[in-house]
Amino acid sequence: MFAGKKVIVIGERDGVASPAIAACVEAAGGEVVLMATECFV
Amino acid sequence: MDPHTQQTVIDAVDKHGRENLIVVLGTPSPEAAAIAAETVTTGDPTYAGPLAETRLGLIVYHILEEPIRAALDPAIYDQQVGLMAETLDAPAIAAAVAEARAAISGQGR
Repeated sequence: MFAGKKVIVIGERDGVASPAIAACVEAAGGEVVLMATECFV
Repeated sequence: MDPHTQQTVIDAVDKHGRENLIVVLGTPSPEAAAIAAETVTTGDPTYAGPLAETRLGLIVYHILEEPIRAALDPAIYDQQVGLMAETLDAPAIAAAVAEARAAISGQGR
């Protein structure tokens, strides 16, 4: 699913943060091209 | 979704092309997931940022959705996401994001 794909990661501090998502995606062969962590207040 | 984040998404689409991109969310609730997913598909429903009335039509998933989980290394997933996967309402979040995907299906993205 992720091999060779470019991935936009939009995490959230109160949910799953973007570095955690990016680690999973990159291990599966995806290329993270944008990583943002939202902070809902 | 933060207006600045919306602009960076637009920039990424301009640079890489929407056909080549997948969005993966980590929002904590079905409501937040629905807003974020809608923002990158049919446009920002809050009209707060540059994606208002902009149909990017991106493919979007949440990290807690089963097809995503199945595509990832189980050990890394458990290490990075496992705790939140047990605490957040994954079925409701998945349903909210699936609804946003359905809104763009059959419309040529």
